Amino acid sequence: MDASEPGKAVAAEAGTHLASTTTLSRGPAAGRSRLLFGHTPRRRAAPPSPAPQENADPQKMAFLLRKQWALYSVTPLYKFSYANMKEYSRHLSAFVAAEKQKGLAMVVGIDLSIKVIFSTLLGLKGTDRDQAAILVQIASKTQTTSGKEEEKVVWSGWFCCVFGDELLENVPEDFICLPLFLANGAETYTAIIGTWFQKTFDCCFSRLAISPLNLAWMAAMWTGYKVDSHAVATELIFSVPCIPQRLDISYAIHPEDAQALWDTVQNTQGEVTQEEVDLFMDCLYSHFHRHFKIHLSATRLVKVSTSIASVHSDGNLKILQSKYLIGVLMLLTELAILQIQ
Amino acid sequence: MSVVRPFDKLPVLNSAAILLVGTDEDLQRQLAQTILKEKKDFKISIHLATSLPLPAERDHIRPRIDLIVFMINVQSKYGFKNIEASLAHVDANFFLGKVCFLVTGVGRVNHCSVDMSAVRKLGDVYCSPLIFCELELEGIRISTAQRLLRMLQICAGHVPGVSALFFSSLMRSSNDE
Repeated sequence: MDASEPGKAVAAEAGTHLASTTTLSRGPAAGRSRLLFGHTPRRRAAPPSPAPQENADPQKMAFLLRKQWALYSVTPLYKFSYANMKEYSRHLSAFVAAEKQKGLAMVVGIDLSIKVIFSTLLGLKGTDRDQAAILVQIASKTQTTSGKEEEKVVWSGWFCCVFGDELLENVPEDFICLPLFLANGAETYTAIIGTWFQKTFDCCFSRLAISPLNLAWMAAMWTGYKVDSHAVATELIFSVPCIPQRLDISYAIHPEDAQALWDTVQNTQGEVTQEEVDLFMDCLYSHFHRHFKIHLSATRLVKVSTSIASVHSDGNLKILQSKYLIGVLMLLTELAILQIQ
Repeated sequence: MSVVRPFDKLPVLNSAAILLVGTDEDLQRQLAQTILKEKKDFKISIHLATSLPLPAERDHIRPRIDLIVFMINVQSKYGFKNIEASLAHVDANFFLGKVCFLVTGVGRVNHCSVDMSAVRKLGDVYCSPLIFCELELEGIRISTAQRLLRMLQICAGHVPGVSALFFSSLMRSSNDE
């Protein structure tokens, strides 16, 4: 697409309008009073320097990529201890097995066909004050045709908190805050694990849906992240409301064009503002309108996929690049915290 | 005729006119029908428009507009921009109590395409009340219709001792945080 030319036209037009908008400060009080309506901050810090995970295990990081994760927000966990993870593994294994075969008596510790493994994900944090991320996996033992026993991971989920400390004030003692939970696997397992965590740590899970406003943020911010390889088209999917049958519009932009457009829009160093995000989307909308005479601003943005990650408004995420994992998780942590507050 | 003015025509005895502006035509029509069903002791005329300015050619037969209601659906950014543009075609005297914003679609937060702070700011800048309502629900639509009718009566001068400006300043004091 020709990025520079429609961009300029809209920039001039939007500039007059934006001049009258004052910038809201992001004090905690201001944020909270507007939370009822899913208020988002007017500016966000630009992505931190890539790959800060100095002690990360590359195998585990690779495991997180290219999988469809369902997003949840979780309230702080009461009396969770990193030292007791072995014990939690045992209890949760028994719980899952019991739920799977309800009615039969169970003994803790005996050989089960289902095993739950707790581990920490090193390096998945923004600052030192963030709690270490936890990975929970369910492995099921199956007999192969040759008679050997084989362990296969059937479900995995992880809790994390990236740069959450600035947003989380007053978390009482005894609580550990890992507000973002991502699950991959059968939903029955997610429900069982959720129940156990709720009972054991007195926390509450809820699905993290992402509003079109925040999707626009992701489209803009992720376009700005530079990738060296595997660049794929930036694709935006819009759902058209008010018609009987479902109609989706897919809008794909060559990654270099999207990047060039974002570079002309973005001018504040170190942060991204709401105005820039609006302008970026308006440029794309006006370009589309010029060709197809459709106002995309009248439709609802439901999915964004870029070279970095793809995310659906239902709360499904797929991360494609490990380099910007922290940046992606930082924004999602913020949204999860906004949801639980 | 590019600007809608509140006092350029003489009022008609025992009647009032309301103007609904918004791009969501279905909701607009439903609200208009609900308003018409309400019992009232004056003649009401409802004008629907997707945007302002109103066409000039039929201006001579249009009655004096007493209340302008801008319907903002936060699920459509297009609709919001359209209302921002339409506001330029309203005479400043209208904002002395004869304008209000109906904000719909706030219930489904994950469908919001318009920043709520932008909507609040619009209310602040134009000194006009924001009324939050989910017009898809019949009960809320009826109560909103009743509320608008009452406001319309005041704006048209049918309530002795209460002017539109007085009423809007009452509304403001409760809105300010």
